[in-house]
Order: sequence, then C-alpha cells, then structure tokens
Amino acid sequence: MSEIADKVKKIVVEHLGVEESKVTPEASFIDDLGADSLDTVELVMAFEEAFSVEIPEDAAEKIATVKDAIDYIEKQKAA
Amino acid sequence: MGIVSPLGLGLEHNWSRLIAGESGIGRIASFDPSDLAAHVAGEVPVGPTEAGCLTLSDWVPVKDQKKMDRFIHLGLVAATEAVEDSGWKPESEEDRCRTGVMIGSGIGGLQTIYDASITVHEGRARRLSPFFIPSALINLVSGHVSIKYGFKGPNHSVVTACATGVHAIGDASRLIMLGDADVMVAGGAEAAVCPLGIAGFCSARALSTAFNDAPEKASRPWDRDRDGFVMGEGAGIVVLEEYEHAKARGARIYGEIVGYGMSGDAYHITAPAEGHEGAYRAMQAAVRSAGIAVSDIGYVNAHGTSTMADDLELQAVERLFGDDAGKLAMSSTKSAIGHLLGAAGAVEAIFSILAIRDNVAPPTLNLDNPSTESAIDRVAHEAQRRRIDVALSNSFGFGGTNASIIVRGV
Repeated sequence: MSEIADKVKKIVVEHLGVEESKVTPEASFIDDLGADSLDTVELVMAFEEAFSVEIPEDAAEKIATVKDAIDYIEKQKAA
Repeated sequence: MGIVSPLGLGLEHNWSRLIAGESGIGRIASFDPSDLAAHVAGEVPVGPTEAGCLTLSDWVPVKDQKKMDRFIHLGLVAATEAVEDSGWKPESEEDRCRTGVMIGSGIGGLQTIYDASITVHEGRARRLSPFFIPSALINLVSGHVSIKYGFKGPNHSVVTACATGVHAIGDASRLIMLGDADVMVAGGAEAAVCPLGIAGFCSARALSTAFNDAPEKASRPWDRDRDGFVMGEGAGIVVLEEYEHAKARGARIYGEIVGYGMSGDAYHITAPAEGHEGAYRAMQAAVRSAGIAVSDIGYVNAHGTSTMADDLELQAVERLFGDDAGKLAMSSTKSAIGHLLGAAGAVEAIFSILAIRDNVAPPTLNLDNPSTESAIDRVAHEAQRRRIDVALSNSFGFGGTNASIIVRGV
C-alpha cells in the first residue's frame, strides 16, 4: 500500500473511531463506516490539512469511499 | 437524578461529600491562570469512575467528544445518571413522544467559540470544524440527550444566566402540568472555567481574588471577608414525571415540585435591587403557587454567591419569613462547589430534595464571621440534622432574572 493510502486510512480510523480492518478501499464513509454528512466534511478538511492539498467542494462531493479519497489525493500529488 | 460537580461524579458521592463539609474548590488546573486576577475555581475531578471522578470516555465515545463543547459532555454525564436512576427507558413510540428534554446552560460553548475565533482570525476560516456551531449551541445538550435515548417529546432549552437551572426544572414541570409531556428530563450544564470565562467575570469584578493562596476559603457566603464568587463547572439533571404516571410504573420518587415562582428586577444588568425585592417576589410567587404556608418551609438553599448581594437575599428571606425566620435553616452550597452558573439552580434543587430525604441541612463553609446578624440559622461549617419537609431553592441571574422553586417529600 502506498504511503498516501496508509495515511488516509489512519485519518479515517482516527476521525470516525472505526476499526482499522473495516477501512478497506471499497468502504463507503457513510454506508459502511458510520459517518454522517458533517463527518465527511470534517474528513475532507483533515485530508486537505494532512496532504497540503485543496479539495474543492464539487470534488469533495464525489469522494464517497476510501479509494476515492486515495485516488484523488494521489492524482493531486502527481500533478 | 444526576450530578457531576467539583465534588465529583454521582448523586450520592456528591451528597455525602457535601454533608461531610468537604470542598471542591482548588487552584485552576485545566489552564494556567497566572495572567488572571482570579486563580481559583471548582473543576470536576478527573480520574476513575469508581472513585467518583470523571473519565469522559466512559460516558461519551472518544470520536464524538470533539463534536461537543465540554458543557455538553458534562450535561450528558449527569443526564445519563439521571435517566438510568429513573429507570424510564420508553420503547413504544407513544411513550417516547410523551418524554421531553429541557436542559439549559448560562453561557454554552465558550471555549469552543474562543478556539473557533482564533481559527478564523488566523485566516483559516475554511478549516473551521463543521461541528463548531452544534458544539457551541446551548440547546444541544437537550438535543444529544434526546438522540441518545429516543425522547421525542418537547425539546427545549433555557438561557437565563445563573437562574437557568431553576427555570429549566420549573418550566419543564409546567409543561407536564399543561399536558405537553408525561416525563421531562430537565436541568442545567455549564463549563465556563476557561480563560475567556474567568477573564470576563474578572472584568466584571465578580470573582474572588483575595484567596488565591487558600482556594478552599474563597467561597464564603455571608462572611464579612467574602470578595466575590468562585466559578464552578458541572451539571445537574432531574427526571420529572407526572405523579400518577410515576406511581403506576412503581418509579422511585425522590420528591415533588410543589411551587415555582419567577420575577424580573427591571433595575440593573448585574446588581440586584434594594432589599432584593425581585427575589422576594419570586419566592412569594413560588409560595403562592405551592399553596403552602411560609412556615412549612424548613430549609432554603440560597443563591448565596459569596458576593455583596448575599445580604440582600438574606433581607428578602427575612422579610418573607417574618416571625418564622428563627425556625429556618438556610445555607449556600456554593461554599463547597462554587457557582455553577447555568447548572447551579439544578444542582441546588437536587441538594434541596436530598435535604428533605435525609432530614439534613448541608453546611455553609467558611462562614466564620457573618457580615450581618440574622435570626436565620445559616448552618455555618457543619451540616445539621433537622426535620425538613419542604425546601425552597433560589437562583438569580444577570439581567435581573429571579427564580424560586419549592420541593416537598412524597
């Protein structure tokens, strides 16, 4: 797993208080990890802070799963 | 009933320490108060639950803690104790809809607002937590309690500064009388022992500053050396229930709310009027609504903040009781826990109910030399065993708001 994926996983575990094993790439923040809409806003902010990236609102709305977040951040970092 | 206060966690733990004459006041530990004029406060002791101390994660899941200011944490702790104690966990939709919540706070999420202000001031407004607003809003204690237990009845909150706790319990009992609910979880929660809270009351010259080196002596209602109140934090919550409803399910009934009175001073934003005539009218209204004789009241839990206003309240109580003043016990439990602002009235109403249950008047600590003599026994230093059938509790707030509640054993 990439360094980015590791860090994303850690942030998700910390913010949503879920077990690490549940944070699979396919896991949906809302459907599988118990987040509500405010939790997802906070998560995106935490990603922005941790990776020094800007995630505009329309992009943030499309980040529904752990993999979505990893892919978006990897693309930003590669750019 | 549930209490978390500077004396610790839990109803009986608080009560036994209070009756033993112990104090919950100390040097402020949650931040360095050196820059401020007042260095003392009553903070909830941190430690194991079994020892009567607070381990927050035992009550509020870690992941949820950052979504709430501390006043909500403390409100949830006391509400959980109260609901568990009451045994009222409605399962049916109908029962849930007949159960409401009315928990207030004087100030709300002050530390949260302070932290958020700094985030915005530093140009990081986009980094502001989405939980900032619901963390700071006063009615969110009621909100969280309703969500936790599924209480779908009236969801309300009171904000009347230091009179909040009494107003919440009084208003909630009125909602039951009016038929809006069968059960109401009511009380107050406060956590303003933070730099902004202490600094604000310091600027208003309201806090004690002369006992920074002897914190336990700082809260000394009616004593000639008193020099201001000591701020405390905590929460007091009761479960109120329509009498027949409680009886039918065999609930443990601690007491009955029999009277409630309110008034406004229309005088000054922080100072009470001459002779505390607003307090007099609030007590008088409570006695009238209870349909009792003043002489039935055996104990008064005074507002008694350890400020100049103590003697004005004393005058108002003397005026109300007249020739019966000599038979009355009146104490200020703020001498042991400080002034819990919006939670004070709720915690003190609970102490009043326990005073009836056990026939004990809790003491006024540090009352070494009363600034005014009175026929009323102010229970200096040590608790007194005496017959108490009916008790009255007073709370007065900035803005000139006064509330009195009368409770009786069942």
